[in-house]
Amino acid sequence: MEHIVIIGNGISGVTAARHIRKMSDKRITIISAETDYFFSRTALMYVYMGHMKFEHTQPYENWFWEKNNIELKQGFVSQVKHESNELVFNSGETMSYDKLIIAAGSKPNKFGWPGQDLDGVMGMYHKQDLENLENYAPDNKTCKRAVVVGGGLIGIELAEMLHSRSIPVTFLVREDSFWNGVLPAGESAMINRHILNHHIDLRLGVNLKEILADENGKARAVVVQETGEVIDCDVVGLTAGVSPNIDFLKESGIELGRGIKVNRFLETNIPNIYAIGDCAEQHESIGMRRPIEAVWYTGRMMGETVAQTICGNRIEYKPGHWFNSAKFMDIEYQTYGWVFGRPQEYEQQFHWKHEDDTKCITVSFHKDTKEFLGINTFGIRMRHEVFDRWLTEKRDVDYVMTNLAEANFDPEFYKKHESQILSAYNSHQFQTA
Amino acid sequence: MSNKLNHSMSLASPDAKGITTKQKVALAIGFVGMFIMILALVNTNFPNKGIFLTAALGLITLGTVLFANNAYLTKLEGIKNDGVWFKSMSSRGVLGWLTGVVLTAFYIVLYFYPELLGMGTNGEANTGLISLFDPLSNLLSGRPASQWFVYGTLYTIAILAFGYKFILKYRHNRYQQLRTVSVMFFQLGFAFLIPEFMYVMNSDVPYYDLKNMWPLNYYNFDQYRIDAFIKTETIGLSLLALGILSIFVISPFLTYKYGKRWYCSWVCGCGGLAETAGDAFRQLSSKKVSAWKLERWLIHTVLVFSVVMTTAVVYTYLGYDPKKYWLTKDVFLISVAVFLTLVFAGVLLFKRKELGKDARYGAIGYFAVIIALVVMHFSGTTNEVFLIKAGTMRSAYGLYIGSIFSGVIGTGFYPILGNRAWCRFGCPMAAILGFQQRLFSKFRITTNGGQCISCGNCSTYCEMGIDVRSYAQKGENIVRSSCVGCGICSAVCPRGVLKLENDKLEGRINPTEVLLGNDVDLMNYVNNK
Repeated sequence: MEHIVIIGNGISGVTAARHIRKMSDKRITIISAETDYFFSRTALMYVYMGHMKFEHTQPYENWFWEKNNIELKQGFVSQVKHESNELVFNSGETMSYDKLIIAAGSKPNKFGWPGQDLDGVMGMYHKQDLENLENYAPDNKTCKRAVVVGGGLIGIELAEMLHSRSIPVTFLVREDSFWNGVLPAGESAMINRHILNHHIDLRLGVNLKEILADENGKARAVVVQETGEVIDCDVVGLTAGVSPNIDFLKESGIELGRGIKVNRFLETNIPNIYAIGDCAEQHESIGMRRPIEAVWYTGRMMGETVAQTICGNRIEYKPGHWFNSAKFMDIEYQTYGWVFGRPQEYEQQFHWKHEDDTKCITVSFHKDTKEFLGINTFGIRMRHEVFDRWLTEKRDVDYVMTNLAEANFDPEFYKKHESQILSAYNSHQFQTA
Repeated sequence: MSNKLNHSMSLASPDAKGITTKQKVALAIGFVGMFIMILALVNTNFPNKGIFLTAALGLITLGTVLFANNAYLTKLEGIKNDGVWFKSMSSRGVLGWLTGVVLTAFYIVLYFYPELLGMGTNGEANTGLISLFDPLSNLLSGRPASQWFVYGTLYTIAILAFGYKFILKYRHNRYQQLRTVSVMFFQLGFAFLIPEFMYVMNSDVPYYDLKNMWPLNYYNFDQYRIDAFIKTETIGLSLLALGILSIFVISPFLTYKYGKRWYCSWVCGCGGLAETAGDAFRQLSSKKVSAWKLERWLIHTVLVFSVVMTTAVVYTYLGYDPKKYWLTKDVFLISVAVFLTLVFAGVLLFKRKELGKDARYGAIGYFAVIIALVVMHFSGTTNEVFLIKAGTMRSAYGLYIGSIFSGVIGTGFYPILGNRAWCRFGCPMAAILGFQQRLFSKFRITTNGGQCISCGNCSTYCEMGIDVRSYAQKGENIVRSSCVGCGICSAVCPRGVLKLENDKLEGRINPTEVLLGNDVDLMNYVNNK
């Protein structure tokens, strides 16, 4: 029986395993050094915040794996020997495979800051990071202040986590407005205000120079590059993005770039070795997508795709229209299609913001053809299915704005904003005409 | 929610792991109110009971209100679940267990030893706690209080005070606010005040909570009530008609339009208490598949029991002679059998596919009832069916289901089993509405394409123990008979994935993995397997 080995028990690897099991009775082994069972990484924050216990982050009960005949192996793969179809664990143990799927995920970026490996300095990615945080920042007496470095999605989540335990947080963001590489200015500014409103000490346009240690080798303060200011703290969160977790493949002969290079079939340069999820890097971008996408649902889709290929139905990875979502403290964010932080030369944007300063949308369209290109929505839930259809149908922006109510996904009885948005849009059109 | 800049950089927000000084003061105020009741319980004879009762209830309410204000109004609007699993009360800690024990003990005394609360027996005046409530009862209906009046008052206060707290907790969410106002209204008006006023108008009318319906009020068709309905003519017969319409017309219609939530989380008193006072315990319900299996057997067994029991009870007081009254024992049994057969045949004919293997369990339940009816016919006399007294069966139901299951376990165990243990495992009304919701309702929880990140907030906070995530992560709508439509899964979802909706029947159940995002060809393969 063919033995499929999957390195990594995250959403990509587990989805691949589940779909291979649905279609075949191949032997399947999932390897992880991080945890015994699959859990939702995106939910780790809620464990620290006390919304959930760790077991709630596990989508399947523990009996699920044995019942579905999926073997789980705890261990750290240190070497892949493709000539002999063999894995070597750091314990020295080996395991042979017929087909190998690498779904090893990401690791937090560190940019060589002095002091980045001190005690009390951590990323927020692995379950071990959560345990570390629980250790160094259990409450605001042990951790009198925390500094979070890096203004992206993980950074604001870490700030929210610490804040939930009343730990004062200083949030160092390199950009001059939060996540404005991705978000248009109006949205980014609204989130700045929301962060400040939660009493988080947001510092924009500053970089970390170094982390200072106390006599025990634990972080005691950070130094700000631009001002030289020393901020006393007990915990430093480094959340300056993630990159593919591929160090263990350096000598493997598998072609690497920033990630593991794969073609559209998620195949590496070595036959019978595939890479999916955060660690995979497309040779060429698909549409406007980045070659590496560290996003929950792309991992899931790659898992579904590679499962087809492995079960004899070789198909391309073809992600549909871009979408994503996040939550910034209390404000939910969804995006469908492409809305750029700095508009492209062909792109025109319409921005509407509610007077309460917690809801806004930005609609992007082609300035000549008026084709609808995408929407960012904050504080108003919208329907994925509707925007996916409108993008496929290449609707023009007038159609989208007129029919926006069709896409509303807010709970029943919520106040509707579509007519206000439409009249703002109409007067905006009038002004620009 | 307003995001206007607040330039104060104060960090005095409440600690998720503890409570603030103001909250401690609020708790102290509430405990003073409770202390007055404890004093009454140990037979302290208060001089002016009206004032002390007002003080006791007022202080408890005030304490809850102040606590809620400090817990929620000091923060921005949003989901307020910080520290839920760290707090002893809400995570089966020492406080949770203690509360469970105290509540359970209270229910045991209430149902089985009311004299310990000071219930006057044999026409004697009330003493103790119950006498403390005499002034209010006299004011409303001109009669002294009973243990049920005390219970009803405390129940109503709990729903009102904790309802206020719940509204503050979800002050960004109008769905949550409206349904909470609704349960507060129905409890105060329908369950508490109107029955008292009805008694004032005509003391022969049996206690009738207008929103309650069989089989939740399993006693509704007992002989003494039917006699009273008939005796009080227009008003009594209207109530009897309402009782029958409620179960056969009103509830199926509303459940078809809106799902069982119209009752379970907008109207019902048990649901009302669970959603307000019980809200802090919703995360304690078990999400295991094994719990789901137990649930399905248990709740439907209770349903079968209640149908057979009620049929037996009605059977015993009906006559043999069709000349005296058209509804005789035999006509009644045959009508019940025909009705059940029609329901069962109709479901198998039109809904077999949706029911899947559950059809087998439905068949078992159906045949259990039919055989019971046949045996009833052959073994029934004026007061015996199955060779046991119908009265005995009725008492057993009242004791084990009506008192122990719904009261002692259902509410007493809130801090252990979660706030909907009765609704989930025991309520025969929920079983009937759930059956309608699963098969003939426009209601569903829609999943928003491919946005789910499997975080598990929805499942954790589902009070009915539904593993909502297992559907959401497959892009599958949630159509479950147990769902009471409280909407909390949708509220706590950080990615805007879930929406409670009433829509067309077609495409309501979509058991394929229709995740958006992938290109169409792949989805075809996945769905075709």
